[in-house]
Amino acid sequence: MKFHYYPGCSVRGANSPFEESFLAVCKALGMDMQEIEDWNCCGATAYMAIDEKKALALAARNLAIAEKMGDEDIVTPCGGCYLVLKKSHDCFHGNGHSAKRREIIKKALSAADLSYKGSNRPRHILDVVVNTMGLQAVKDRVVRPLEGIKVAPYYGCQIVRPHNELDGVFYPMALDHLLEALGAEVVDFPMKARCCGGSLTGTVGKIGLELSQILLTEAKRRGADVIATACPLCHFNLSSYQDQVSKEFGGGGMPTAYFTQLMGVAFGMSVTEMGLQKNLVTCDKLMKLGASTAKAQPAEVN
Amino acid sequence: MKKITRQVKYEDDLELGFGAEISEKLGCENLDRCIQCGTCSGVCPMSVYMDLTPRRMINMTRAGLKDDLLDSYSIWLCSSCYACTVQCPREIKITDIIYALKQKAIQEGRHPKRFPIPVLATEFHRMVRNHGRINEGLLAAKMFAKTDPRKLISNAKLGLALMKRGRFVLGHENIKGREELRKILDAVDGEQEATR
Repeated sequence: MKFHYYPGCSVRGANSPFEESFLAVCKALGMDMQEIEDWNCCGATAYMAIDEKKALALAARNLAIAEKMGDEDIVTPCGGCYLVLKKSHDCFHGNGHSAKRREIIKKALSAADLSYKGSNRPRHILDVVVNTMGLQAVKDRVVRPLEGIKVAPYYGCQIVRPHNELDGVFYPMALDHLLEALGAEVVDFPMKARCCGGSLTGTVGKIGLELSQILLTEAKRRGADVIATACPLCHFNLSSYQDQVSKEFGGGGMPTAYFTQLMGVAFGMSVTEMGLQKNLVTCDKLMKLGASTAKAQPAEVN
Repeated sequence: MKKITRQVKYEDDLELGFGAEISEKLGCENLDRCIQCGTCSGVCPMSVYMDLTPRRMINMTRAGLKDDLLDSYSIWLCSSCYACTVQCPREIKITDIIYALKQKAIQEGRHPKRFPIPVLATEFHRMVRNHGRINEGLLAAKMFAKTDPRKLISNAKLGLALMKRGRFVLGHENIKGREELRKILDAVDGEQEATR
């Protein structure tokens, strides 16, 4: 199945293990990811604070280029990119946007000889895996079930809000079901869609760190071996700042992994293929499983 | 003893068209529907840190208390998690309204000096214009340099840890269509000027 791939700046930078595992897992599921040519930054939350029309036009350039390549859905592993691209996409379909605003964006695109009809839908990879590829396809690929690994599923904000394409804005279950399909023991984690602090962790550190600390502590209290994240920015907050979190609040040492890394290990891929050794707080149980040589051959994908 | 102070506002302190101006912005059209129920503040993970909670920001926007809003810290504390927006019984996109307030404050240069959040937004905007893509590490470094250079040192350890794992990219990734991107952004400015 063909898709347009929008990486976003974050998985091309500090969250490169997300992209490595994402692409490998997509390939294993028979997803043909074609990177949007010469894509630009989506604008994230920062640009929206500068100028909303420019932010929409910035994201629209990517949509227009993707549409030129074909009508397939646009898939991104980043929660922020998903939200911004969706917001811009919605602008072309009404959805609460004024005709005047739409005209401005269209004219701006045409200044660069681009146009966008709105045929392709931006989607987050979690939604595509669970709702398009399906849990059965995932189960069919599992050769190394994540038995005995307790996972806290963490969705973050922008994958589930304000657009709800999974199954709930505060207590979604898609990632829970996916992890179950991988054989993991899923921990009930009511904080699963609470904000990790986003960019505030880098700006007003005290507050940002506290938000992350609440999530880390709660995951630990519920007995999780690892937190599975679905967004590069959440992952960065929950793993990279653990030193600073423990300095400020004590505790610490809560392993984190991108959910695609968990998929890859269950699919029989190695630690290095999944970039697990690059995670800042690694999960021993997962590393051990990923290093195990008992590798059954997965069925061929058509 | 807690001291109770009350600052009385007179009509001269208000900007009466402010609410109407904000409702023109993206997602802000339902501003007037607010019934002040406070659901937004209740569900907001940031409201415990805010001097003006989301509910108050909405009402102050309608009332035209522009100065108090734009000079507040609260507008910057919104992390865009959209919890308020999806819970609002009146379908008000509170997150978007707070974005509009941030835009106003940046345009008018009214944010607290050396306050990292608006500096980050401004540097982000510049980096996108110049390169087409963001380099998170360099963006953070620029922000710290312009706000609190000591943070450059305290964050160096994290930078090194990422570098060791091949997760720190030094150079800027430039897109080919930088000129094209600038044309798009300038065209929006031109259109906004024309419709003003």
